[in-house]
Amino acid sequence: MQGEEKQYETVIGLEVHVELSTKTKIFCGCSTRFGAPPNTQTCPVCTGMPGSLPVLNRQVVEYALALGLALHCEVNRYCRFDRKNYFYPDNPQNYQISQLYLPVCYDGEVEIALAGEQEEKREGNGNGAPAGAAGTGRKKKIRIHELHMEEDAGKLVHEENGDCSLVDYNRSGVPLIEIVSEPDMRNAEEAIAYLEKLCMLCRYLGISDGKLQEGSLRADVNLSVREAGSGTLGTRTEMKNLNSFRAVSRAVAEERRRQIALLKEGKKVVQETRRWDDTKGGSYPIRSKEDAEDYRYFPEPDVPPVVISREWTDEIRSRLPEFKEEKEERYQKEFGLSAYDAGVLTQSRHLAELFEKTAVLCGNPKKAANWFMGEVLRLLKERGREPEELWFSPEHLAALIKAAEQGKINQANAQKVFAEIVERDVEPLSYMKEQGLETLSDEGALRLAAEEVLAGNPGLVAEFRAGKEKVFGFFVGQVMKKTKGMADPGKVNELLRQLLGKTE
Amino acid sequence: MQIDDTIIERMEFLAKLCLSEEERERAGKEIEKILSYVEKLNELDTDGVEPLVHILPEENVFREDIVTNGDGRDAALSGAPLQRDGQYVVPKTV
Repeated sequence: MQGEEKQYETVIGLEVHVELSTKTKIFCGCSTRFGAPPNTQTCPVCTGMPGSLPVLNRQVVEYALALGLALHCEVNRYCRFDRKNYFYPDNPQNYQISQLYLPVCYDGEVEIALAGEQEEKREGNGNGAPAGAAGTGRKKKIRIHELHMEEDAGKLVHEENGDCSLVDYNRSGVPLIEIVSEPDMRNAEEAIAYLEKLCMLCRYLGISDGKLQEGSLRADVNLSVREAGSGTLGTRTEMKNLNSFRAVSRAVAEERRRQIALLKEGKKVVQETRRWDDTKGGSYPIRSKEDAEDYRYFPEPDVPPVVISREWTDEIRSRLPEFKEEKEERYQKEFGLSAYDAGVLTQSRHLAELFEKTAVLCGNPKKAANWFMGEVLRLLKERGREPEELWFSPEHLAALIKAAEQGKINQANAQKVFAEIVERDVEPLSYMKEQGLETLSDEGALRLAAEEVLAGNPGLVAEFRAGKEKVFGFFVGQVMKKTKGMADPGKVNELLRQLLGKTE
Repeated sequence: MQIDDTIIERMEFLAKLCLSEEERERAGKEIEKILSYVEKLNELDTDGVEPLVHILPEENVFREDIVTNGDGRDAALSGAPLQRDGQYVVPKTV
């Protein structure tokens, strides 16, 4: 083997913190609303005042259970909180209430979708594009070690030149779920696919905004390398401050390179926590290995244990929504949509549900899909809005689609009405009437207009008859103009052909 | 269990305490006493005894997800030695 380049394998496990979108904090009735002035959403509990007593928010347990069940986890019938002790000003109690010994859920797994085999080697290429459009590529299962509930810490602002930091405890006590995976990922693509899957589950469950960029989902990457084929794990590092898929991708590539370089020099990887600096494209150590022992965990005495009955679990399970993959598959089977369309329409649960209702109401799923893929997405993009912000009634869009299909309104006007539906949820039929946007369905008026156009252009009529098909478009245009764009172009076509043919 | 200086020093570091020589000695002895008291429990036969999950007899004490607290800023900051712009001021942490 002398002189031969050693092959290394990357081993990745992820710790993901999900900020829950509950109205109140995990242990007190303070609001979790984002963007409030510093410390205005605080009370003795979340500022760690002596003698204050935390009381658990039921919604947090239900959200944790929902995500745990979606990740096919086992549920701990007896679940308890523990104190994790550490000193840092973002934590006014000097301990974080978390779970170590009896986390709410454990031993789960989740399937991730990956691009095709040939693309597997594009590790760390900085491309955060969604992996594996439906139906293509391969799938892989990532095991979930555990999932637990805990409280978030406050926010520190460091003064640029001064010698002090400012503390805002509005975020202190905001509920988090931490999901710990097994070290089952082997490259950045898998890590990103796993993260995207978690984001999607959170959003479908409505338990979090699930956005990496906005900090409602935070990922720490545990990474080690080992010689290919080795059965033992190398020493790992934990990478923090990864705020985008791109940062995850770059950090994985760089940390792999750094660790391999150390090993090649005959040095050892030190187990430590590192902080990623995305502008520098590198990381630096922030603290050495921290044992659980260092945190001196002990059972949280102030919060009684949570006993989770079979009935409670079943109830939560029965409320789980249909998730993206199931919807994608059903849309292809039931509605005959392409894998691509089904994939796009299910990016957001809200968008998918709007589409589905519209599809059923108008009785033409493919037409409805075209409207969503075209007009709905175009409008969202144009206005920089999220699908979640759509609030129109599917009944109204369905009525418009039907009207367009029946030729009651032409495409250009239908788009105008559609914009009004999105903006103000107008009832399309009465709006069309009100605004005079209905097509000229009065056959007599249309015929008259067509006859006038032909009579007014005898020269062109002669040219057409001599075989100059091109001028036909001019006739159509003139009739449309005469009818102020209200005519159905299909009908005008038909009528003109009829008239031109007849007089021959 | 023998509590030696290494253990005491580690505990001082973790608890961010600085003990004097006398305090260390006293703490070591006291901790040893506590540990041997706890070790006494090992003499009990706990076969067939359900593990105790929590010291409290209560379980499932919840609140509903409803905002009950208003602006607590002034009360929160009233005990702060230093404050600025509605925030606590602490020695720079980075």
